[in-house]
Amino acid sequence: MKAVITVIGHDTVGILHKVSGICAEKNANVIEVTQSVLQDLFAMFMLVDICRLSCDFSELSESLTALGKELGLSIHVMHEDIFNSMHRI
Amino acid sequence: MLNTSDILETIRMIQDECLDIRTITMGISLLDCCAEDMNTVCDRVYDKITKKAEKLVATGEQIETEYGIPIINKRISITPAAMLVSATRGGDPVKLAHTLQRAAEATGVNFIGGFSALVHKGFSAGDEALIRAIPQALAETTNLCASVNVGSTKAGINMDAVRLMGEIVREAAVLTADNQCFGPAKLVVLCNAPEDNPFMAGAFHGVGEPDCEVHVGVSGPGVVRSAIEKYPDASIDELANIIKRTAFKITRMGQLVGTRASGMLGVPFGIVDLSLAPTPAVGDSVAHILEGMGLSVCGMHGTTAALALLNDAVKKGGVMASSSVGGLSGAFIPVSEDAGMIDAAVSGVLSIEKLEAMTAVCSVGLDMIVIPGDTPASTISAIIADEAAIGMVNSKTTAVRVIPAIGKQEGEMLDFGGLFGVGPVMPVRGESAEKFIARGGRIPAPMQSLKN
Repeated sequence: MKAVITVIGHDTVGILHKVSGICAEKNANVIEVTQSVLQDLFAMFMLVDICRLSCDFSELSESLTALGKELGLSIHVMHEDIFNSMHRI
Repeated sequence: MLNTSDILETIRMIQDECLDIRTITMGISLLDCCAEDMNTVCDRVYDKITKKAEKLVATGEQIETEYGIPIINKRISITPAAMLVSATRGGDPVKLAHTLQRAAEATGVNFIGGFSALVHKGFSAGDEALIRAIPQALAETTNLCASVNVGSTKAGINMDAVRLMGEIVREAAVLTADNQCFGPAKLVVLCNAPEDNPFMAGAFHGVGEPDCEVHVGVSGPGVVRSAIEKYPDASIDELANIIKRTAFKITRMGQLVGTRASGMLGVPFGIVDLSLAPTPAVGDSVAHILEGMGLSVCGMHGTTAALALLNDAVKKGGVMASSSVGGLSGAFIPVSEDAGMIDAAVSGVLSIEKLEAMTAVCSVGLDMIVIPGDTPASTISAIIADEAAIGMVNSKTTAVRVIPAIGKQEGEMLDFGGLFGVGPVMPVRGESAEKFIARGGRIPAPMQSLKN
């Protein structure tokens, strides 16, 4: 099982560090990261393995949402199935 | 890795365009709860519903978190309650209504539908008792929905039931006059009622369905509107393709959620209802889709054609996205639940007559329409008869959910709150249909050939 973490907002120092820190803390293995900075806008997409999470999925989701609020970023974590089913036949 | 623009599109649909799963509805058969004594029936019904739907709400919430997609309602549909009443010896249907309300509260669902009777060809033992109990049942409960099927393409229209329902709708409004006449907002009169409908107020669990199953109803008018607004100069056939592509994505999400819910709850997956169900929220309106196609106001000439295009494209796009489609599938046009429809009705452009024409080409019928409080029961019956005739002749589901605003006149409003929205009192024809409705009897089933 994999989940997609998306982070969108103003670029600041240490976003990747903080997000991946939470992933490590919850035992979510980061598989792939795509990141771009267009002018001031930071966008990062992270594919993580959630098979061996040390907590509930909802706890991971809440921690990341809380981090988003703290940093003024929009952070979502969603199961990858939703993207696969909506965009692939 | 997934395509980043696909990821962003999904997030935008949910965050900005009000994409959501409108409902996960668990259909539960209560045929095995029949007994001669109503108290026994009530005990069995309560036990079965609370056992089967024990984890429904928690499951819905878990799926919401996992997929990051809002699931607005969790609901239950049951075997038409008139069948249970039929099996008892003169049991009071209102008692059953209270039991269903308690079961709704215990399971935490938003609505429980199926306080229903199917009388398209005539009344059986418990049908009339149940129908006559509807106004009181709706006044004394909050989460219960009632429906009555008065006609079908194969049976014709039961005009005795149509006459009775005019009186019942009015009485339901009178009994809830101090609560925005909310009773009839939970009551729908159908023709060709589907047996696997997840949407209220017309949901019930048909006798041909399995013991227990889950259905999903999707929503997403905002997504469709935003998609077509990106192509202001597209031709009509290009518009149809844009709508199909969007409906495909929306429905795939419904299919995913339904499959997941079915697995987690350990019950079969029923159907996805391919619907565009509006809410009063800004940006979630079917009327605004039609206006986005180029109509200045919903309800003007051209509205029926635009709606026909929309409805057909939604179905074509959705059918391929789901393994099993059913329910009411199509675009809904409930006036009080759609910001664009409310504005169009207030401005006077959208009339009941135009809405009736629109129902010939889209899902369901005259829905959430507030009419003057002094409208006679026979006129309400005549509205029901007209709508049932459209459904019967065109082999489609049609329905009437009108709310007589007791003590109010044209120009005033009823405010139901929440998903039910705000409804302006719309004018109805003052001339009497009393004599026609008083005749009773049955409109014979229509010809299925010589279609003109």
